[in-house]
Amino acid sequence: MQLVLFWIFSLLMLLCAMGVVFFRNPVSSAMSLVLSFIALAAVFVTLDAFFIAVVQVLVYAGAVMVLFLFIIMLLDLREEKRRRVRLSAWLGGGLVVGGFISALLKVVLGLPALFVTKPVLSHPLANDIEQVGFNLFRNFNLPFQMIGVLLLVATVGVVLLSKKELK
Amino acid sequence: MPTLAHYLIVSGLLFALGMAGVLLRRNLLIIFMGLELMLNAANLSLVAFSRFNLGPDGMPNYNAQVFVFFIITVAAAEVAVGLAIIVALYRAKQTTHVEDLNTLKF
Repeated sequence: MQLVLFWIFSLLMLLCAMGVVFFRNPVSSAMSLVLSFIALAAVFVTLDAFFIAVVQVLVYAGAVMVLFLFIIMLLDLREEKRRRVRLSAWLGGGLVVGGFISALLKVVLGLPALFVTKPVLSHPLANDIEQVGFNLFRNFNLPFQMIGVLLLVATVGVVLLSKKELK
Repeated sequence: MPTLAHYLIVSGLLFALGMAGVLLRRNLLIIFMGLELMLNAANLSLVAFSRFNLGPDGMPNYNAQVFVFFIITVAAAEVAVGLAIIVALYRAKQTTHVEDLNTLKF
């Protein structure tokens, strides 16, 4: 059962990611990216990472993609005109991607230690938000505060960048 | 039951698709979406490793999930700044196509 769900959601995720790359209309790309993120959240659930799955839906599928769609609307991007395909670019890109995939398959399929099923949790119904929160505030307190400063800097930077003219 | 190798291969394929988006597409926004896909692939493999390598208490390694949380936060900040830069660029040049942006080309 879990294997079936894993394949459904990971194939959905990969198909939608292909849609992002191959659709000509930016809005279709953005919508298939949303679907890909939601399917990825479902894959996180099969890994018992409920908190990460919820954050994925809220932050990525919610906030980030709304931002993307707003920018597409604001710039009024139309369907891309067919330009002359640059053969060298496609050849180089295809070569790099194909090389990456073949290296990945060679490494992963060559390691028998990776073919293990999920170990059983000692507390299968434990509250993982609580665990992540404890870890975040106890062991990673300084990075957490630095992330807060980073978000502040990003906000100020975005406001400054979107001003009409800089004084 | 899916094994760790299943998750790693799916995550690697997602990374490869994101890389294809960055390398093959010429629209800045689509390149940005490819970057997001690559970040998500990294998140997937981190969560998979956390679930498959239990800590001494028999629970997943939550350090990896905290790391994923940080990656998501930084990615959100990065998207905001990057899209603001794209808007500023569009105001200056009226294009988001990378081949039209060749001022610095040697």
